[in-house]
Amino acid sequence: MAKFEYSYYPGCSSQTGASSSNLMRSVDTMCEELDLKLNPIPDWNCCSASIGYGSGNVLPRLSLSARNIALSEQHNPNQDIVATCAACWLSTRETAERLHQDENMFKDVNTALAEARLTLTNKTPIRHMAEVLIEDVGYESLARGVKKPLQGIRIAGYVGCQTNRPFGIAGESFENPLYLDKLVESLGGDSVPTYEKKVQCCGGALAFSEPEKSQAMIHGIIEAAYDNGADMIVTPCPLCQTNVEIYQDVINAKFGSKFEMPVVYYSQLISVAYGRNSKDAALDGQLIRAKKLESFAG
Amino acid sequence: MPDYDKKLGAYLCSGCGIGDRLNVSQMETTAKRDGKAAIVKTHEFLCSKAGVEMIRKDIDAGDVNHVIIGACSHRSKVEAFRFDRAAISRANLREGCIWIRPYTDEAQQTTQEMGDDLIRMACAESRYINIPEPSGEQELNKTLLVVGGGMTGMTTALESAKAGYRVELVEKAAALGGWMAQLHKCIPHRMPYANPVATNIDATIAAVNAHANITLHLSASVAKTEGAPGRFKIEIATEYGTSTTVEVGAIVQASGYNMFDPNNVPAMNHAKSADIVTNMELEALAKAAGDGPIKRPSDGREVSSVIFVQNVGQASEAKGHLPYHSGIGDLIAIKQALYFKTQNRGCETTILFNHLRTPGAAGEDFYCSGQNYEVTFRKGIASEVFPGSSLEVQFRDMILDEDTSQTADLVVLDVGMVPNSGPDPYALPLVADKEKGAAPVFEVTLDSILNLEYRQGTDLPHLKHGFTDSHFICFPYETRRSGIYAAGPVRRPMDIHQAMEDATGAAMKAIQALENAGKGRSAHPRSGDLSYPLFRKEGCTRCKRCTVECPFAAIDEDEKGYPQFNESRCRRCGICMGACPVRVISFDNYSVDSIGQQIKNVDMPDEFDEKPRILVLACENDAYPALDMAAQNGIEYSPFARVIPVRCLGSVNTVWITDALNSGYDGIILMGCSKGDDYQCHFVKGSEMAYQRMSQIADTLQILSLDAERVVTYEVAITDIHRAPRLINAMAETIEKIGMSPFKF
Amino acid sequence: MSLNNAMLEKYRNNFLQEVAGNVEQGDWVKMCMQCGVCAGSCPLGDAWEHSPQKIFMMIRANRREQVLSSDSMWMCTSCYHCVVRCPRGLPIPHIMHGLASYAKRLGLAPKSNPTLWFAEVFWNNMLKKGRVNELKLGLSLYFKDGFASGIKQAMAHQKLGINMLKAKRMAPMDMFAGHAIKDIFGLHKMIRKAQEIEAAKLEANSK
Repeated sequence: MAKFEYSYYPGCSSQTGASSSNLMRSVDTMCEELDLKLNPIPDWNCCSASIGYGSGNVLPRLSLSARNIALSEQHNPNQDIVATCAACWLSTRETAERLHQDENMFKDVNTALAEARLTLTNKTPIRHMAEVLIEDVGYESLARGVKKPLQGIRIAGYVGCQTNRPFGIAGESFENPLYLDKLVESLGGDSVPTYEKKVQCCGGALAFSEPEKSQAMIHGIIEAAYDNGADMIVTPCPLCQTNVEIYQDVINAKFGSKFEMPVVYYSQLISVAYGRNSKDAALDGQLIRAKKLESFAG
Repeated sequence: MPDYDKKLGAYLCSGCGIGDRLNVSQMETTAKRDGKAAIVKTHEFLCSKAGVEMIRKDIDAGDVNHVIIGACSHRSKVEAFRFDRAAISRANLREGCIWIRPYTDEAQQTTQEMGDDLIRMACAESRYINIPEPSGEQELNKTLLVVGGGMTGMTTALESAKAGYRVELVEKAAALGGWMAQLHKCIPHRMPYANPVATNIDATIAAVNAHANITLHLSASVAKTEGAPGRFKIEIATEYGTSTTVEVGAIVQASGYNMFDPNNVPAMNHAKSADIVTNMELEALAKAAGDGPIKRPSDGREVSSVIFVQNVGQASEAKGHLPYHSGIGDLIAIKQALYFKTQNRGCETTILFNHLRTPGAAGEDFYCSGQNYEVTFRKGIASEVFPGSSLEVQFRDMILDEDTSQTADLVVLDVGMVPNSGPDPYALPLVADKEKGAAPVFEVTLDSILNLEYRQGTDLPHLKHGFTDSHFICFPYETRRSGIYAAGPVRRPMDIHQAMEDATGAAMKAIQALENAGKGRSAHPRSGDLSYPLFRKEGCTRCKRCTVECPFAAIDEDEKGYPQFNESRCRRCGICMGACPVRVISFDNYSVDSIGQQIKNVDMPDEFDEKPRILVLACENDAYPALDMAAQNGIEYSPFARVIPVRCLGSVNTVWITDALNSGYDGIILMGCSKGDDYQCHFVKGSEMAYQRMSQIADTLQILSLDAERVVTYEVAITDIHRAPRLINAMAETIEKIGMSPFKF
Repeated sequence: MSLNNAMLEKYRNNFLQEVAGNVEQGDWVKMCMQCGVCAGSCPLGDAWEHSPQKIFMMIRANRREQVLSSDSMWMCTSCYHCVVRCPRGLPIPHIMHGLASYAKRLGLAPKSNPTLWFAEVFWNNMLKKGRVNELKLGLSLYFKDGFASGIKQAMAHQKLGINMLKAKRMAPMDMFAGHAIKDIFGLHKMIRKAQEIEAAKLEANSK
């Protein structure tokens, strides 16, 4: 029996061959180490993320997430839904809350769900993996399992937007959340609690449609990490990771900078600190290699 | 002159570390030899029951009538060390000595010197004070005069009447109710703060009418007020020419306010259209409509669109405008907007605001309620209202950043409140202002409200903008005329519920004042003090400084120009004593000598001892407690300081300064409260007066060829617990720089 | 009559009520107190023609066309800074999304806005198989402005693409297959139903 068991919503980007497949792989490793069992929601669909509003209005959008919750209720009853993607978590939780507040909307959603032969009771807590780590596992217990403390790596915690606002993680402040820093400390690394861009928006989906505006913000996020003497950035969000990591060449060309800042997931840090190798920690999935972390991974 | 033999008893405490830090037996000797105390005793826990009992026994046996307590601060253990039939002096050995000095061998000697001096000073004070007794002139009169029959006045009257006091209520109009009676509805003052509520004014009027303790004087005004707390004599005149005289113990002035005249802002065109109304005029329209639709004055048509223009001529430096904001105009607009939202179906209702102010408990919720009703709140500053069958308001939209306009059937102007407080006794005549070409800022009431027969004018002094002066921080209802309390919008702009709270507070203070007057005791802040100014007529030069400078107009003049003290008007601050150039004014327990002798009894080391002496005269209300708190926080200051609390910096007579300089003090620091418009001085003008007088000390210094830096005056707040010790240390450094005083003998 | 004209007719002169009745979370607009915290918190504040504060004021000032044709709502990154800071608790991102979506439905949204275009591509891509096909989504971005410019764009991002492939964060076979859900039929039926319900409501509101 695993210590904890959850109904898992990986999301589109966390699939094999998708942009954050390294998140998926490292989460698998991490859960193995922490004895957490993830039961994927069978046949889960896209939540339509933060850009879904443009074509789908309210009800279609809510129905998408409602379908996932309904599937979870049917196949993984009595298990909290846990998402690793910020947008997936936000959309699903927002849907659950909106349907709690609006009875008519709840009825309409069930009418739509009936077309897919599904019913929603909407009683399932929707959680983020970071909440599982902090609330179910706990910093202390996490620290106890560390085999290779990440000594001497200075890691800037980039929380981003949707893992932070509007719901927040473990009651942390919206303006200066510290949970990534605490996590880094638990793993024996050096945190950068003064990292002033930790909640700065990277542009999200607008990285595609408004690249100039988005890249200007990403430039600031990376620059601040350098200014704070960070060796790498850690983030919980797949879109943050992708946006901040993969455009560094483009940004360097545009701003004349020489950025080469690795951006990793918390799950990769934990996997390495727990003694797993680079491959298990999905460090081979980095575009900018996290060499300092690799040196611990052996 | 005392008509009894002074028997000094000095009681030293060795508790709280005093015995460890100071040589108590040496201080006993000091008290005996230098202090001339007949009895000297030490107790290890003087404020304990046993310690206090020891003192009381000596008093009861008739061995001691002047008690010197050598223990903690004047402000500590006041209850324990209160003995009737005895004069009390305190030597502050704890906060004033051991707590502000380091516990080291090097510091031991200077700390001991400090302790011995404190004993000498307290004994000297004791020798030069007398046991205060009431003058015997006091009277108890349990009737209050309330001027004004609006909501504030009626509340004051009812609260006092319910407490068992009689009230003479004077109202200028023929009926009670004031402005409140003209309102359609009120701003809600209880949850859920969603809708305007009934005024219930009729119930209040009925209660006033029904109460046996209240005597009403309608269509009446106060023609003359003379006397003092406990013995005011009031002449009430009616419109019909009749007049009555009543005697009261205290007075509450609740004379309210008038509305600002919008014609002072010509662009609003108030006079040019019947459909451009003030907020108060709208109340009449709403009242006439009952619960039905409000109709416009010009053609009686139901109003289908209305614009509220906020902040008309308020918080503006422009000519003829009010320099302040009345604070509640936006809540009034929300209330009135809801009249339209609930009484005129589908009425487009816009509030053009600049800074929406919604103070108080109801504020935010009531604002939200207005928004829920879809009142349009638009941040815009109106420049002009154009009259016509459809009115047009031209304004700048401050969010969209554009000049635009909007039309409506009715325009409501938010005009502010102008206090109705009577002429300021200290104001320059308006005529003089006009001659200088300066426009009078706004209309002030020139008719007196109280017609005081006082040396210093007919009415309550103002602070600014015509509002009566009251101590904003500590004593909001207290005015500068003892026994006369201001309540309601005469004091500052406020809403009905604040005014009712004000009225209750003022009633309580007025009752306190008349009860104190009955016992010959002072009102705040020296509540309970029985001393009163004593005056030696033969030395008086009739210079009138005391009668002019008393902030409370306690001193009149007789026909020959001699001061006439009214002790129950007196607040016992001693500002008259500080003012008197011939030093003929004193109190039994506070006099030129009682402080002067403390100054002189400090042991003055000679010039080559390198031990300067710094005299600190600290206001007992703020500076002295600040130093006490510094001590409690373990903040150290120079052992050369000798601190003497004074009632008010205004009571400092310049003779103390010259005497101190002559007797060899190296530096003098005066610490008083902040002065000016935002004064914190408990006696309003004392600190300011001290600054004025000290500016003249420069001449004295020059005559003595002393450096000007040797005498400094500071404004010190009660919170300056770090700064006050720093000021003392800075003086010690200055002396180190400029050298010792050459006047050591 | 077009939906736009029907709405114009019905709410004549009261855009605030039109928004309250038809836009996601639109009934909150009246509660804005114009403090401007949203405007100061928005990461794309400099890029907007109208901040949320202004949009809300314009709604109350009946600037219907100006609001609906504004590109401002399409600048929302859904960072939720405004919503956690708004002293009145307005769900600002949702109102922005709602206004954008309403404007698009009425045919008043800015035609060439890149985010509007991307949102549509994303929605269709996602809906096709029930999950996003990132490869196709990326390619369609390059070919947005036509074939020639698309080739150029793709060439410029060639290195990025190759790196992503190497890191196994892009799958070339997705061009032909890609991830899909099993009950795609049910999903499509569900979405169609949801759209029907919503359209019927709007239609009824416009009468």
